[in-house]
Amino acid sequence: MATVTLGKKACAVNPLKMSQPIGGALAFMGLRGSMPLLHGSQGCTSFGLVLFVRHFKEAIPLQTTAMSEVATVLGGYENVEQAIINIYNRTKPEIIGICSTGVTETKGDDVEGYLRLIREKHPHLAQFPLVYVSTPDFKDAFQDGWEKTVARMVEVLVEAPKTAARRDPYRINVLPGSHLTPGDIDELRTIFEDFGLEPSILPDLAGSLDGHIPDEFTPTTIGGIGVEEVATMGHAGWTLAFGAQMRSAAEAMQRKTGVPYRLFERITGLSPNDELMAFLGEISGRPVPVKYRRQRGQLVDAMLDAHFHLGGRRLAIGAEPDLLFDLSTTLHEVGTKVVAAVTTTHSPVLERVETDDVLIGDLEDLENLAKARDCDLLITHSHGRQAAERLHIPFYRAGMPMFDRLGAGHQLSAGYRGTRDLIFRIANLVMADHEENHQPTPDTWRDGLAAPGHGHAAHVH
Amino acid sequence: MSSLAATIQGVFNEPGCAKNANKSEAERKKGCTKQLQPGGAAGGCAFDGAKIALQPLTDVAHLVHGPIACEGNSWDNRGARSSGSNIWRTGFTTDINETDVVFGGEKRLYKSIKEIIEKYDPPAVFVYQTCVPAMTGDDINAVCKAAREKFGKPVIPINSPGFVGPKNLGNKLAGEALLEHVIGTEEPDETTPYDLNIIGEYNLSGELWQVKPLLDELGIRIFACISGDGRYREVAYSHRAKAAMMVCSKAMINVARKMEERYGIPFFEGSFYGIEDTSDSLREIARMLIERGAPSELMDRTEALIAREEARAWAAIEPYKPRFKNKKVLLITGGVKSWSVVAALQEAGLELVGTSVKKSTKEDKERIKELMGQDAHMIEDMTPREMYKMLKDARADIMLSGGRSQFVALKASMPWLDINQERHHAYMGYVGMVNLVAEIDKALFNPVWAEVRKPAPWARAGADWQSTAMAQMEAEAAALAADPVRAEAARRAKKICHCKSVDLGTIEDAIAAHGLTTVEGVKQQTAASGGCGGCAIRVREILAEKVAEPVLQQAAE
Repeated sequence: MATVTLGKKACAVNPLKMSQPIGGALAFMGLRGSMPLLHGSQGCTSFGLVLFVRHFKEAIPLQTTAMSEVATVLGGYENVEQAIINIYNRTKPEIIGICSTGVTETKGDDVEGYLRLIREKHPHLAQFPLVYVSTPDFKDAFQDGWEKTVARMVEVLVEAPKTAARRDPYRINVLPGSHLTPGDIDELRTIFEDFGLEPSILPDLAGSLDGHIPDEFTPTTIGGIGVEEVATMGHAGWTLAFGAQMRSAAEAMQRKTGVPYRLFERITGLSPNDELMAFLGEISGRPVPVKYRRQRGQLVDAMLDAHFHLGGRRLAIGAEPDLLFDLSTTLHEVGTKVVAAVTTTHSPVLERVETDDVLIGDLEDLENLAKARDCDLLITHSHGRQAAERLHIPFYRAGMPMFDRLGAGHQLSAGYRGTRDLIFRIANLVMADHEENHQPTPDTWRDGLAAPGHGHAAHVH
Repeated sequence: MSSLAATIQGVFNEPGCAKNANKSEAERKKGCTKQLQPGGAAGGCAFDGAKIALQPLTDVAHLVHGPIACEGNSWDNRGARSSGSNIWRTGFTTDINETDVVFGGEKRLYKSIKEIIEKYDPPAVFVYQTCVPAMTGDDINAVCKAAREKFGKPVIPINSPGFVGPKNLGNKLAGEALLEHVIGTEEPDETTPYDLNIIGEYNLSGELWQVKPLLDELGIRIFACISGDGRYREVAYSHRAKAAMMVCSKAMINVARKMEERYGIPFFEGSFYGIEDTSDSLREIARMLIERGAPSELMDRTEALIAREEARAWAAIEPYKPRFKNKKVLLITGGVKSWSVVAALQEAGLELVGTSVKKSTKEDKERIKELMGQDAHMIEDMTPREMYKMLKDARADIMLSGGRSQFVALKASMPWLDINQERHHAYMGYVGMVNLVAEIDKALFNPVWAEVRKPAPWARAGADWQSTAMAQMEAEAAALAADPVRAEAARRAKKICHCKSVDLGTIEDAIAAHGLTTVEGVKQQTAASGGCGGCAIRVREILAEKVAEPVLQQAAE
């Protein structure tokens, strides 16, 4: 079991971390007709916007309250009001989601108070969905912003059912963590539907950021879950939460509506999917469809085929807690050794990562650890590309941002099928690396055990 | 902060700035602090601008003092290239936390500088101020000074918190930091009569290297490039150059002009986009160097090189010309690129159906008129809807723009080519021009367009989303045409001044009611052009129309 340590450097070098408000903004993008609004200076928004465009290769709805120096000092009421009015009039959204930033949190803007005033002053906004989340940049990280925002959506948008209202046993609420791609969410939806269940997915990036072509021009999101559907989530039979980060949202749902929840901390790997299948069979009253029995067999076979190549590999991984936990555990289960693990923020799952220590740090830490501990596989987001080049080891991109490869939104690692594909992709990287960089020459073993690179030769057969 | 305010004032008073030159004294004082529209479009902030301008200095450690958002969300996202050190691509940030916000982050900043110097030993550390530490009052100037004295290395404060203004202001603040702390602080080992500074060039996609061989061949030395593929020391001794070429006037005019003022280095504004522009720039460089003491035979060699390279480029482009016959291009870009690329595309035989001039100065517009004729289709501000319609109506076969509008073209299943900062291809000089033409050809004739435009087998004819969108727009247009009152209202509702949110109708009414004849008058009555002043040109055009009308009527009577 891992000990979790916090890096002691003053200067973060090559950040692994991204900020809370854009994590919150992304969660808002999983709602239909949504316009996320960052309450801060315009750079706060433009950096997030560029990041998402480069990751998803999609037009991204994201707005700013454009706080100037003076407005920041005086307080941002007018900017928030103007932004909401402008967005409301121009883009006709179904919801505006507001996240604070470092600037406005430093000043201490009372945005909830602002919203009450704005609703009073503009009666036509009295019932309009405005959700505010406090997400200072100088605290926590991307995943936390997502977590808080989904929990807040539940608190604000879900209606408490009237006591007499009956629950629909076939309706389920699905709360996916920020580590799941639109492709993963699509996979989950298919699985639920194959059991005859009707999922309400909050937030649903698969509906909004999966690369589909819009039916009309709109500056807001064009898919995702609708506000009216969110309101009725209290009628579902169960809430399924994916990723430890979603516990607070699931609990909020239970508090408000009484809907019981089941938390799946992982969704990649054999055993978590076995658990999911068993659970779905139980709540739906249906046997596990033949399709998934076959997929399970394929995954088992993939694990057998890949263990030759992944067994003994020394993994250096940098990711947000839930993604780190999920990927590293899955790879551990096919024999990979998690030798260096770096993450962005605290989480209860970190202690359960199959390694000695998890460091809350940056990519410089990861690079140094990978080098010192002789790692021969690197997994992190695209910013790891420089480290991978210097370390000269195979590099698998996972998480956000993934700006230098296509298909980030569709990268699939959830479910039996997703796990199978993930294992193949990584094992193939390892094999290609072996072919390209570790072919023996007549001199390879000349110096016996002292030969450089013997580590690789020992790990790969 | 008072010194920052003074710096910003200084930047606004920049006499070399074409926009400022058109403003009154009082207006200039207000500067370009255009009130951004909350809930309106979001561009980059001043910090972003400063980083863009300076990050291509490749051997410098760029340390961002602020919360994780400023660097964590954005690092390693620029396409500049380095021929040497890669430290510029390393993301350094103090990643300040709550404690730093409450108690101040100066200690953390100092320690960060120390760590960087110990671990990476760069020739200099640039420290960027961001909004949060600016608010809590961290004095980065003092910390940089202390660190400089302690570690014996240049530690340069770049005072550019995001909320002081837009990206463009940040570019200039970055330039001011160089002028104040870097330029003139070191001496070169040797100077030659062929030493040229290049200012406002960022070596995106390694573009500068498309031109460098030509300069090398002429014996012209890029003494310092500010900042593409630049080195700290080169910038520090750049005050010993003989002449300078300014590539992006918007970003670094203050640097070029002040270096002329302080060190007597003459500069010209030139472009390496397009064949003729490249030749003109080379000639101008040679002329200036000769003026400053280089032997006059340099011009003969330059002419010979131009003749050879132009012939090669034309020969390479020639095969494309028949393929480009009747192909129409819509060009959506800003500033200097709008006219320099116009020239380039026309050289390849493409027809330009429109070019955006939103960020162009009056001079830029004049150049476009020269190139495209008086009826040049200049687009002030095009909504995505209008771009889409233009493409769908096949009034354009391809759109060239920055990444922001790419989805408009792609979702319309129309060819698109990135000519902005995130682009992957280099388009400078003669070689780059041929590259651009080749890329346009690849985009235009890719069979993918025929494939993606095919409707799904189950789609009813004319029921796909594109037809729906078009029908919707046409219905709106028809409704407007049928209703002159609404049409007039729509025409008058067009925003002219985005900073102050003033529409055409308000301006027309003010002109009529008060008999206005000057931009200044319109500004006093309506506040239009009281922000960044960018719409002054448009206001002048409206004045010209409105004032001309009664005069013509009188004449007819």
